[in-house]
Amino acid sequence: MSAETPSKLQKMIKAGHLAVTSEVGPPRSADGEVIEHKAKMIKDYVDAINVTDNQTSVCRLCSLAACIRIKQMGLEPVLQMVTRDRNRIAMQSDILGAASFGINNILCLTGDHQHFGDHATCANVFDLDSTQLALTVKMMRDEGKLLGGHEFEVRPQMFIGAAANPFAGPNVGLRVARLAKKVAAGVQFVQTQCIYNMDTFKTFMKMVVDRGLHEEVAILAGITPMKNVGMAKYMQKRVPGIDVPDSVVQRIGGVPKEKQAEEGINFAVEQIEELKGVEGIMGFHIMAIEWEEKVPEIVERIGLYPRPQLAA
Amino acid sequence: MIKAIPKPMEEIIDNVKDFNKLLIAGCDGCVTVCEAGGLKEAKVLASALRLYFTQGGRQAQVDETSLTRQCEKEYLAQLSDRIDQYDAVVSLACGCGIQYLAEMYDKKIVFPGVDTCFLGVNEERGLYSERCQACGRCILAETGGICPIARCSKRMLNGPCGGSEGGKCEVSKETPCGWELIYERLKTLGQLHRFETPTVPKDWTTSRDGGPRKIVREDLRI
Repeated sequence: MSAETPSKLQKMIKAGHLAVTSEVGPPRSADGEVIEHKAKMIKDYVDAINVTDNQTSVCRLCSLAACIRIKQMGLEPVLQMVTRDRNRIAMQSDILGAASFGINNILCLTGDHQHFGDHATCANVFDLDSTQLALTVKMMRDEGKLLGGHEFEVRPQMFIGAAANPFAGPNVGLRVARLAKKVAAGVQFVQTQCIYNMDTFKTFMKMVVDRGLHEEVAILAGITPMKNVGMAKYMQKRVPGIDVPDSVVQRIGGVPKEKQAEEGINFAVEQIEELKGVEGIMGFHIMAIEWEEKVPEIVERIGLYPRPQLAA
Repeated sequence: MIKAIPKPMEEIIDNVKDFNKLLIAGCDGCVTVCEAGGLKEAKVLASALRLYFTQGGRQAQVDETSLTRQCEKEYLAQLSDRIDQYDAVVSLACGCGIQYLAEMYDKKIVFPGVDTCFLGVNEERGLYSERCQACGRCILAETGGICPIARCSKRMLNGPCGGSEGGKCEVSKETPCGWELIYERLKTLGQLHRFETPTVPKDWTTSRDGGPRKIVREDLRI
């Protein structure tokens, strides 16, 4: 976690606190109030709020505009940026624009293929991949340089993040090597794919710790509570790169329908408690998909509320 | 080699239905190998069109031929003494051949008879798969002889995305994850170190992003 930035998320991690982040998905309309409403629900319970960038290739209000809104509410946004839809000119331009509003966190992603979204026939870009986007942000921040060679004075002060997916098998070793590559490219924090298969995750973390990677990158464990057994089955069968063991589906499905949401929250809380004991975990990224109102309850139950206040 | 598939019959009929004299021009090159546009396919298409016109009570002439290669002027010239007798030509060559034929006979109406798909290999008869996107700057030395530009749905250059599962691509369970293949091959070759250093943003100017491409080989030109 080399370069220091004004990022509150980075400061929280550096101070040794378990960090808590969550996410807000922008609406499929021009209604900015939705973002404000969702951000207000979680703001006192998290250190930073990710804003997704046309997630699952479904077109939505843009991440940058939503991040600016969140920043203007006095909160700490994490700008998610996928390389699917924009080339290196557009992405560097957006990074400069974000930085001009004091946005200090970026999550560099390649993005789901458009095949999954609401514009399956569109062209994709993929001029860069996530690792190359991280390299680019690092160059802009540390060298004051664009990929094209132009040098500039006012640099984007970005805490650079990326995703890690230990479950996209069959090679856990490849996933560790890929994380190492992202770290070599400048990534300072990662938020993992939603964890349901604890055994695979622990195998991954052991390999990460054995390589000493956990000392170079802050790993935030990804948690998504299940709303009901239908969601568990959907995640198991339909969502690429997510590994939901049968035992999890059986647990959520094993209680009456009206109790399934509560069971999903219980399971998420238990997972976080277990992950607190895993070496190398520096915090949690709680992705409560269209269920933001449950984030406060989860954070309270895992004993991470109130959030520590950083000295100004 | 270039891989193509025959166009649907309805589409071809829709293009040619108002003409009376048609030439179906196959190509003995790539499209013959993938059985989409050689002499055999030209004969089959010509027969089908003759049947279509006869059933509609129309008197139409449909002839077939095949040229050694439609991407070379010398072979296209073989048509020069007979092309004037036709109202239109259906070329079964790849997109290059169709265009070069139209370019050489610029007053003749030329229709495509195949859809040109990709640069690929013959896995089995009737099973062809993509291997190269002709980006103009080969990186196979770094990737164990497997191209991530052609074989990763996101043409990623630093390893697999988080969507691959069980070694398969997130776009289709039928498609192997290109990066899983690269990783396994580098491991077999004892060259995993090649994976460790981040690959910097690629120069795409030699790919289609740089505009229409041309090779000028001064050493070959007279």
